Amino acid sequence: MRFLLRRVVFYALTAWAAITINFFIPRMLPGDPVTALLGRMQGRIDSRAENSLRVLFGLDQDTSLWQQYVDYWGLLLRGDLGLSFTHFPTPVADIVSQSLPWTVGLVGVATVIAFVIGSLIGTFLGWRRGTWADGLLPAATFFQAVPYFWLGLITIAVFSVNLGWFPSSGSYDRGMVPAFTGEFIGSVVYYGFLPALTVVLSSVAGWVLGMRNMMVTVSSEDYVTVAHAKGLPERQVMFGYAARNAVLPQVSSFALSLGFVVGGTLIMEMVFSYQGIGYTLFQAVSTHDYPLMQGCFLVITLSVLVANMVADLAYALLDPRTRTEDR
Amino acid sequence: MNNQLMFLRNGKVTAGLVILGFFTLLALLGPWVAPYDPNQVSDALLSPPSAAHWLGTDHTGRDILSQLVVGTRGVLVVGLVAGVSATVVGVLVGVTAGFVGGVGDESLSALSNMFLVIPQLPLIILIAAQLPSAGGLTVALVIGATGWAWGARVLRAQTLSLRKRDFVEAARANGERTWRLVLVEVMPNLTAVIASGFVGTVTFAVLSQVTLSFIGITPVSEWNWGTILFWAQNNLALQRGAWWWFVPAGACIALLGMALTLVNFGIDEIVNPRLRSTGLHARSLRRRGIRPRVGFTPVVREARS
Repeated sequence: MRFLLRRVVFYALTAWAAITINFFIPRMLPGDPVTALLGRMQGRIDSRAENSLRVLFGLDQDTSLWQQYVDYWGLLLRGDLGLSFTHFPTPVADIVSQSLPWTVGLVGVATVIAFVIGSLIGTFLGWRRGTWADGLLPAATFFQAVPYFWLGLITIAVFSVNLGWFPSSGSYDRGMVPAFTGEFIGSVVYYGFLPALTVVLSSVAGWVLGMRNMMVTVSSEDYVTVAHAKGLPERQVMFGYAARNAVLPQVSSFALSLGFVVGGTLIMEMVFSYQGIGYTLFQAVSTHDYPLMQGCFLVITLSVLVANMVADLAYALLDPRTRTEDR
Repeated sequence: MNNQLMFLRNGKVTAGLVILGFFTLLALLGPWVAPYDPNQVSDALLSPPSAAHWLGTDHTGRDILSQLVVGTRGVLVVGLVAGVSATVVGVLVGVTAGFVGGVGDESLSALSNMFLVIPQLPLIILIAAQLPSAGGLTVALVIGATGWAWGARVLRAQTLSLRKRDFVEAARANGERTWRLVLVEVMPNLTAVIASGFVGTVTFAVLSQVTLSFIGITPVSEWNWGTILFWAQNNLALQRGAWWWFVPAGACIALLGMALTLVNFGIDEIVNPRLRSTGLHARSLRRRGIRPRVGFTPVVREARS
């Protein structure tokens, strides 16, 4: 239990840090958002509007920094992330909560698929190291080195522009009304196939390489040799002894790589105009909608933290050593 | 044969270094070897690859090969600056944490774990989007400031295991001062880990910078591979079937990333010899009738020349 308690404290601390960073970024950076906005609009905003923009951002200097910080927390705890500029006066929280489920669905499904497939391939490659199977490694490095969004562009070019099998953008047929019907879910799966495929393709390589290296290391452990000597079938040694132990670091690195996968998926959504939080962030960036940008960052970070906690919980269940630690 | 030469004899490392050298040369000579000015507009609008334009032109007739060649510098400089700054921070935090132990260690590792868990790309986007001008160097520093945590974590673990080794204890018993212990006894043993962390950070920095340019956060007038993809995406290169516009830039990114990964493989194999003698040597092992068995690591000694 001590392990879990420590993790919970750590995540609480991280959440606090993320929220505080989010508070300080617009206030600490050289050239506050107002000046940046005026600069980027290049005269399309009257400079006399500067003061009202400052009030709108909550950057009017009348209150002390500490007071602003306290107010910020107060608003946050009530679920108030401010109002969006571009969709004025829609609250940021509304926009974010509409787009979040799409991203969670996409990332969740794609990551689980990539993890399972990648670990299986890695198990196989590590077990058969030094044979033809190692020839697959360069391919894995290639997919690891390719930026997510470029792979997205390529899959669009091949599967939707040339072959016309899948739609190139959107997340469901616009002619339909969102509902829990078979038809609508089918449409969501159909539209989500390409983005998910791209995420799987680009993140699977990391799992393959990690699992392969762990298998190489684990398969020279004594218990594997003993299992062999007992005359157990090869398959049972591979999955029951070697892979079972090799997968543990995979689970713990799951937590760490999630941030990276999420980052990649956000860009993917921009490429596919998939109505998730990444696309919202992209729109916020291109329209200089700072409250929306910050709301997106906060929600993305907090979601990643929650996912990490789940991964830690799974790790604690899988690895008995974490449970006996406190004795 | 000493260890440095072993490193170079590794086929993967050599391949990686050759590709890296090629791109470095392009980055240095870019503006002189590029056939055209990358901003020069011409009549050949969106033309496929031809003798005049080897990689075709974009929607205003600008030569894509030239954009690619000139843009190499932007990519490499950002990768290098971000890599160096992140490595410096990572070494400072990681080695300090591993060496001092106690409360200092606890808080420094908590700090680096926080930076690991907070998704970097959204953070970088958030910072870069609020800066008055997000040029190459600024982006590099932002990437460096957020991307040091992984290296710090690995370095801390390694330092922790080195700290109690006999040779460090012996030096300590000799009355060496702490900074000398760290610099002379511990640091040399961390070289491989630092190098692999550096290479990893450069890879990440290149990907991040290209991504930022692609979504249009960095100024679009600064050429790099991401800028080319930005123009391609915004002018419907996909829908127009202009593959020559977006394929080469992505291929360059992938090639550079692969080269860096290959170099890192080589470093990994130095650190973990178990990965070394199997790895991609499959064919040479088979030729000599060695069949690697599970549970045993064939240690193949090359004939000394």
